[in-house]
Amino acid sequence: MEKVNIIGAGLAGLSAACSLAENHIPSRLISVQPSERAQSVLAAGGINGALNTMGENDCTENHMEDTLRAGVYIADPEAVRGMTKAAPGIISDMHRIGVPFNLKDGKIVQRNFGGQKKKRTAYAKSSTGKMLMTALIDEARKHEMNGLIERYAHHELSGLLIQSTESGKRECVGVTVADTYSHTQQSFAGKTILAFGGMNGLFPGITTGTTANSGEAAAIAFSAGIRFSNLEMIQYHPTTIGIAGKRCLISEAARGEGGRLFVMREGKPWYYMEEKYPELGNLMPRDVVSRESWFVLHDPTCGDQVYLDMSSLSKEVWKDRLPDLREEVMHYLGIDPAKKPVPVDPAIHYFMGGIDVDICHRTNIAGLYAAGECCSQYHGANRLGGNSTLGAIYGGRVAARDLAETLMTLKEEHEDTENSEPEGNAADEKPGAEAVLSIGGILKESLGIVRDGEEMENGLEKLKKLELKASQSEKRRLYLAEAILLSALYRKESRGAHYRRDYPGKNDAFRGLVTAEMTEDGIQIGNMAAGEQ
Amino acid sequence: MEYRLEIWRQENSDSPGRFQTILYQTGDERETVATALTNINNTPGMQDINGNPVGEIGWECSCLQKKCGACAVVINGTPGLACDSFLRNYIRKKTIKLAPLSKFPLIRDLWVDRSILRQDLKELGLTAAGDFAFTDRNNDTAFEASKCLQCGCCLEVCPNYVPGGKFFGAAGYVPETKFLTALSSEEAKRLKPAYMTHIYGGCGKSLACKDICPAGIDIDRLLSRSNAVAVWGRKK
Repeated sequence: MEKVNIIGAGLAGLSAACSLAENHIPSRLISVQPSERAQSVLAAGGINGALNTMGENDCTENHMEDTLRAGVYIADPEAVRGMTKAAPGIISDMHRIGVPFNLKDGKIVQRNFGGQKKKRTAYAKSSTGKMLMTALIDEARKHEMNGLIERYAHHELSGLLIQSTESGKRECVGVTVADTYSHTQQSFAGKTILAFGGMNGLFPGITTGTTANSGEAAAIAFSAGIRFSNLEMIQYHPTTIGIAGKRCLISEAARGEGGRLFVMREGKPWYYMEEKYPELGNLMPRDVVSRESWFVLHDPTCGDQVYLDMSSLSKEVWKDRLPDLREEVMHYLGIDPAKKPVPVDPAIHYFMGGIDVDICHRTNIAGLYAAGECCSQYHGANRLGGNSTLGAIYGGRVAARDLAETLMTLKEEHEDTENSEPEGNAADEKPGAEAVLSIGGILKESLGIVRDGEEMENGLEKLKKLELKASQSEKRRLYLAEAILLSALYRKESRGAHYRRDYPGKNDAFRGLVTAEMTEDGIQIGNMAAGEQ
Repeated sequence: MEYRLEIWRQENSDSPGRFQTILYQTGDERETVATALTNINNTPGMQDINGNPVGEIGWECSCLQKKCGACAVVINGTPGLACDSFLRNYIRKKTIKLAPLSKFPLIRDLWVDRSILRQDLKELGLTAAGDFAFTDRNNDTAFEASKCLQCGCCLEVCPNYVPGGKFFGAAGYVPETKFLTALSSEEAKRLKPAYMTHIYGGCGKSLACKDICPAGIDIDRLLSRSNAVAVWGRKK
C-alpha cells in the first residue's frame, strides 16, 4: 500500500503514525531530529479531559464550553465537541501505553488550570509532555519493528509536490525532503500529513519553543498555496523567565497549584489578578493574564517587574507535583521559588493560527492534511492550557482516520512507488542569519500583546523593503511574515490574544476565521466562518 | 569576559580533524556553551585567533533548557549538555575545549549520529504487548525511567560501552526499567534474554554513569530495580 508521509515527529506526528499503523497503513515519519528532541517534550502542565476524577461533576460539555469561551467563539464548535468528547479516552489510552500520570489511590488526579473552573488537567508532575512523548515513542517503536513506521529522523521538508488535476483542483502528490547528514534530496510520493509545529522560527530567541524550529516548513507550505487562518492569534504566556537564547516557560501549573502574580505598587505587593478577577483570579485564560500584566507594567504607579509568588505552596506540592519546575527555576535563576518570588514576563508561547483545516484536518489542497500546532482548529483566539497536548494527539488521530478511510477505498489503485532514490544535492539555499533576525525583530515590534494599526502598517512596510534584496528562501519567509501582519490588520477588533489599541472592542462581524492564501496575484486575505471549509 | 573556545572541527568522518581556537566575548552571566555556539554561528565572517574563517560550526540543539538532549558534547573532557553548561563555571580556566561525543559516528564538527540508540531499544525488545499497569508503588520509577533524553552522555563515560558491542549501557536499561516494572511478569520474562545479553552481562557496575546524567536520573536505583525484576524475578 502507498505510504503516507508525515512531516514532524512530535505529539501530532507520532499520534498520526501510530493511528495509521493500527489501520495497517504504513508511513514515513520524517523529522529534522529524532522525536526526543521535539518541542512537545517541553509541554509541562498537563492534558485536559473530563475524566471527572475529582468529584466536581465535570463533563465533556463543560470542557467544550470552556474551550470555546476561552477561544472567544471563533473555533468550530463541532470540531471542539469532537476533541473534548474524545479527551477522556485519549488520557486513558495514554495511561495504558505508558504515561505515569500522577495518581491517588490508583486513580489519575487532575489539577486546576487557567480558564477552567473544574480540575480537569491530568499531569505527570510538571513534565507531562516528556512523559507523553516517551510513551508514544515506545508505541511507535512497536510499529517500526513491524515495518509500518519508517523513520527519517534527520530529514527536513524542502518542498511539496502539488499538481493540478483536470478539473482544476490542486492535489498534493508527495514531498521532497533533504537529508541533513548528506545534503542529498529525495522525493516521496504519497498523501501527506504536516505536523511540524508552530511558527517559532519566525520569532527567533523570543519564544518558549524549540530553536530547531526554523519556520522554514511553514514558509514552504504558505508559498505552495496552502490556505492559513487566524495567523494573528499568537499566544503570550504570562509566566516565562529569560534564559540565554530563549524564553523558558514557568508552567501554568504553578498558578494551578496556588501561585500568585503581583507587582509592587506604593511599596506593597499588588495581587492585581485577584483584585480584578475575583472568581478565577490568577487562573484567568492566558490572553487576559498576559494583557493585565502588560497593563500594570505600563502603569506609572506600578513597578517595572511582575513576580510570581509561589511561597504558599505546600511541601507536598513541591515534592509530588512541581519538583521539576522548582529545580529549573533554581538552575537558571538561582532563586528558590518556594522561598522567593520569581520575576516573570509574558512571552510568545503558542500559535493558535496556522494551516487552515476542516473538521477532518484536510487542508485546501487534496491529499494534504495538517495536525498539531501547525494547524488552526481547536483553540480559536486563545488556547487553554492543557489543550495543546490534547489537540495534537487528537488532531493526529483524526487526520489518520480520514486518510485511512480514503486509502482503503483507493487500495486497489495505488501501490507504493518507492521513488526514494537520492536525486542529487539539495538546493542548500537557506535564509541568512541577518534576514532571519531582521524579520523576527519587525514581527516582534508589530505583534506585541497590545497592537495598533499604525505600528503594524510600519512593520509591513519594513518587510516589503527587505523583499528587494531577499534571496528566494528569504522571500518565502517574508511572504508568511507579511501574511501575519495583513491578517492582524484585517481583523479590526480585539478578540482573545489579538488586542488592538485602535479597535479595543469585540466586533462580531469578525466572528470567524481570517484567512491568508498566496495566489498568483499575491497574498489574499479574507474571512470565513469556522467549519465552512 | 573573554573565553578561549577550542572547538573540534572536522568536515566529515573521513576528513582529518583539529581544534580551532576562537576568542569569545560576553558580559551576560546567563550564557552557556550553547549560547556561545549559537552566537558564533550567527556571526558571519567570524575569524579564529589565527585570522582564519570560522564558518558554520556543526552541532545539534533544540530546546536550550536541558529537556531534549540534542546538544550533548564533551566539554573539557566531560560529556554534558551545552545548554546546561554555563560559561561562568569556566571563569577561572577561561579555556573551554569542545569535542564531539566519541562513541558515535561523526557527521561534522560537534555533530554525531546517535541513531544506534534507537536501534538498541529495538534489540532490547522494548515494546508492550499488553497494557502498562501503574500503581502508587511503581509510578515514580516509571516517571524516572521515562525522563531519559537519549543524549548519550552516560555511554561516553562508560568503561564497558564500546561502539558496536553487545552492551547497551544506561541509555538502554533506564528506559527498560519502565517496561520491567509496569508490565506483566510474562512480559518481563520475554524481555529477560535480551536484558541478560545487552545489559546484565556487560555492566561492570562501575556506575560511572551515575553522576553524569544531565536529566538527573537516579540511575543506580533504576539499575537495581531492573536487575531485581529481570535477573532475580523479584516482584515488581
